[in-house]
Order: sequence, then C-alpha cells, then structure tokens
Amino acid sequence: MTGVDAPAISVRDLVKRYPGRPPVEAVRGLSLDVRRGECFGLLGPNGAGKTTTIEILEGLLAPTSGEVEVLGLTWAAHAGALRERVGVSLQETRLSDKLTVLETARLFRSFYRRGIAAEAALELVGLVPKAAARVANLSGGERQRLAVATALVGWPELLFLDEPTTGLDPQSRRQIWDLVETVRACGHTVVLTTHFMDEAERLCDRIAIVDAGRVIALGTPPELLAQFEVAHLDDVFVKLAGRRLTESGWAEPVAGSTGGPA
Amino acid sequence: MTSQPASAARPLPPPAVTAGGHAPLRAFIASRLVEFCREPEALFWVYGFPLVMILSLGIAFRQQPLASLRVDVVAGPAAAADAATLNAAPGLTATIRPQAEAAERLRTGRADLVVERSAAAVEFRTDPTRPEAVLARDRAHDALERAAGRRDLLTVRDTPVESPGGRYIDFLVPGLMALSLMGGGLWGVGFAVVEMRIRKLLKRFFATPLAHWQFLFGMMAGRMLFVIPEMVLLVVAARLLFGVQVFGSAAAVVALLVLGATAFAGIGLAIAARAKTLEAVSGALNLIMLPMWLGSGVFFSRERYPDWLQPVLAALPLTPLVDALRGVMLEGRTLAGCAGEITAIAAWGIICFAIALRIFRWQ
Repeated sequence: MTGVDAPAISVRDLVKRYPGRPPVEAVRGLSLDVRRGECFGLLGPNGAGKTTTIEILEGLLAPTSGEVEVLGLTWAAHAGALRERVGVSLQETRLSDKLTVLETARLFRSFYRRGIAAEAALELVGLVPKAAARVANLSGGERQRLAVATALVGWPELLFLDEPTTGLDPQSRRQIWDLVETVRACGHTVVLTTHFMDEAERLCDRIAIVDAGRVIALGTPPELLAQFEVAHLDDVFVKLAGRRLTESGWAEPVAGSTGGPA
Repeated sequence: MTSQPASAARPLPPPAVTAGGHAPLRAFIASRLVEFCREPEALFWVYGFPLVMILSLGIAFRQQPLASLRVDVVAGPAAAADAATLNAAPGLTATIRPQAEAAERLRTGRADLVVERSAAAVEFRTDPTRPEAVLARDRAHDALERAAGRRDLLTVRDTPVESPGGRYIDFLVPGLMALSLMGGGLWGVGFAVVEMRIRKLLKRFFATPLAHWQFLFGMMAGRMLFVIPEMVLLVVAARLLFGVQVFGSAAAVVALLVLGATAFAGIGLAIAARAKTLEAVSGALNLIMLPMWLGSGVFFSRERYPDWLQPVLAALPLTPLVDALRGVMLEGRTLAGCAGEITAIAAWGIICFAIALRIFRWQ
C-alpha cells in the first residue's frame, strides 16, 4: 500500500491487554478500515474499549498485538511525520489555566510546520469572543471546544475526537458538529468516539459499534438500521448487546432481553 | 473574521493553510514564563522567600560587639577589691553575691564565671565547654594577676581589622542562592511536570509534533530563565542591605547559576519521570532536599559533621554548588579554580536528564 492510496486507517486483529491481576483485555481482536475523507464513529458504552482503541490509533498507546496503519504509515516507524498530519483531542485534558484562549491556540500552532492561524481555529469552534479569557475562567463546554481547537491548528488530514461532546451544553455540542462538517467538507478524515446514538447517526458516514473490545456491527447508519430492522441506532445496540445505552454512557440491561454478550 | 452565533448551522468556509509559525521550543518556553508570571504563589516562593530569608538571617546574625561577660564574685574579705579590679578590666561586669546565689546563677547560665578567693588560692568556677565562659575566665585571671603585680614582658599592639567576606551574612548569601536554585529546579520542574501529567497535558503535548527533548529541555530552560533575575535581586539586596561584596567575576557567578539551575531542573525531571500523584512527588522532593538543607553547608559549615560523613555530604548535588559559589563570590576563585565542583554539578545534571529522557512516562 502506498501512502497516498492507503485508507486513512487500517486496523487488523488489534489487542490491548493491560498487565495486572488479573490482566485486563480492553481490546480483543478489533479490525476496521477508515476511508479517506469520511467521518467514522466508534460507538459504544463506557468501558467498551473505544478510548483504548482511539489512543492506539493516535499513537499514544502501544498495542499488545495486531497491525495498525495510519495514513499508510506506522507509528513505530513514522511517528515524527504522522504527528504533523494528525490532530488529537483527548477525552479529558485540562489545559493550562494561566494562559488565555488565544495563547493556548498559538502555543499549539507553533508545534506544527504547517497549519491554520490560531484565530481561525478559534473561529471554527466559536471561541473568538473568548480569545482574551484565561482558560481558568472558561465553562466546561468552552474548555472542550478549546481542546478541539488545539487539535485543529495543524489542519490535520486526520482528526481524532475522543468523546468530543460528552458533558457539553447544547450550544457547544452544536458547534462541534458544525466544525466536524467543515473539516469533512475540506476532504479531511474524522474519527470520533461517542456514546450518543443521535450524534453518530447525524455526523458519521460509517459507524463501528464496539462492545467488550470488539466491533459488533459496522456500516453506514441506514445500512445498520436496515440490517437490524429497527428505526433507531439505539435499538441496534439493544439487539446486539441486550443492553441499552444511557445518556451517561453506561449500558444497562433491558428487561426480558436475552441477546448478546454481557 | 467575525464570530457567528452557535446556531448558524452550516459549515464555515475552509480556513487558509499556511507554512511557518513553527517555533516549538521558543513558544513552549515563552508559555512557561507567562504561566510563572501569572502565578502569585510561585512569584512569592521564588522572589519573596529568599529575600525574606536573607533579611531575617542577616539581621539575626549581624556583627555585634562582644557582649559584656558576667562575673559573680563570692562575698568575702577581698571581694570588693576583686570586683573593682574585674569591673575595670575590658569586657567584664562583676557583681558580689553570696556563694549559693552565685552557684545557682552559674548553673542556670546567668553568670559566665564565679570567682571565689580563699586564703590559699583564687578559684574560678566555670563551664569549660562554653566559649564565653572560657573567655571570661582568662580575662578575669589576667586582670587579677596584673592587679597583684604581674609584669608583662612583651610589647603587644592590637590592630582591629574589618574583614568583608568573613561575616556570617557573606557566608550565607551564596548558600541561599544555591538553595534557591535547588528549590526552584526541583519544585518548579518536578512538581510542575507531575501536575501536567495528572491534567493529561503531558499526553496532549505528546500527541503533537513537540519532541520529547524539546518538552524536557523547555521545562528546564523556562525555570532557568525565571531564576536568573531572582539571583540578581538577591545579590543586589545583599549588597545594599548588608554590604555583601562579590570578589570573583560576575560572569563566573552567572555561569555557575545557569549550571546549577539547569542541573537541579534535570534532577527534578528525573524525580518526576514516573510519579503519578502530587503526594508522591512532594514526598520524594522533601526527602531528597532535607539532607541538602542540613548537610551541604548552606547555613553552617559542613565541617561540623564528623569525618566519616564528609564523603557522603560532598557527593550531594547541592554541596559542590554551594562550595563553588562561595569560592567565586568570597574567595574570588575563577571557574577554572572550581573545575572539580563544576564537573560534579554537570555530572548530576547530565546523568539525571539522561535518566529522565529514558524513563519518562508521558501518560
């Protein structure tokens, strides 16, 4: 595979085991491809292995076994080049309280050889009015949007967003959705994790439903609905896992259900 | 560019992508400095604390004329004459007291010496482990012998000498500077790194093109740039308040400060390389700082410790820094004259930085 024609991401038989007594197997043989230019969603309950998977794709964690190629390259051999082309927003980062919003965006911009202006990144996340505010004085939603802005300053070909809208107010959530559409409209690839079915359905071209460290279903939202003969993605998860995803991201048992692995 | 209300649902036009603006190390160091300057507590600990320390210790240990030594003369036939003789002698204050009272005053340290004359002898009662007591005894002996008719055979001339560089404050200032460099390096870097790890900021930086060495070096350099003005402040304050002089070259002092700040920042990085909680790193920092506070000769000469302990004290990273700063500031030594100390400080810094680079945990 050459760097240009390769899929944005290719994962084969990915396993991540954390040492301990007993060892915890967070990812158990996960395979998927992400195409260039699409918005790909990893959907599943808390503890399903979404964050472990995305952090391996981001090159932040080393897999126990399996193959991972990102933009046709591997983290082991091409970390330096990949860092310039990949943008990352972690599930939870507390950026320096003492810096202002604009200073933070400029700091991250200075790490990249090419990119967009710090101000343009703030524009994308709707934080221009807060540019001079200290991070300490931002609301939770504003902090999360700033975290996304720091992932955008290098104008990455591949953008990772780990639970970008968890805990956000509707306005911040909407802003993140808009920017995902902007990034995708520019031909860039977005990989996001979420436990909100409506978000996945609205934003993602394709979705992998993950449970207990494996992909249990994969396809476009209409494909998944048709395949499982349901009206909402929520019900796909219920059919597969026998549990229902709650707003807080935990899966709770559905009364009378017999389906799926626990 | 104008900001749009959040509900303006359609995607924005793509922003312009430009090359340039790539200055990771410079921007990172600058951001560290901005953060320091916006942290009032850090400003106090770095700039205020050493000044308060110099001021209070400088005042407490200022040069004072020797206090008058207190001699109790036990009441008896010759007591009045002896007391008059002793009072006429320099630096002695004699009082006649009953024997029991004099003994009690000696026991409780309110008298330095008790003199009691009997037919056979003059008895001096004193505690020979107290320097003032020994001095009082010798002066009293001398005065009484002369009064009894002893004649001195030598011609003696006393010339009082002012010795700048020899006072306690002169000794203290280089030590406090070294101590500040240690505290700044260890806390300012070690603690800050662990806090960043807890905030997942380390992981976030790791996910950018900022290189590991750039991050670690930036942390060290940021701290170093922050403490150099503090050192200048300390030297100027010591000069203005207490007349402390620097006998060596200013360039040599600055070189040692930069070296010391960098070395301790490296040690701080190594300590913080794996710590996951603020409690763990605080404990480790206090544990390694305490022996240096006490044993590296900051407040008193480390020669007060027994010989067998000396090699251990000499091996502490603060010791060569204190010695070299004192050598340059008080004795006017050159950097070449401190080659041994400089090698030891650099070795600590380089080894710890290398360890940090190797074992550093970003998650």
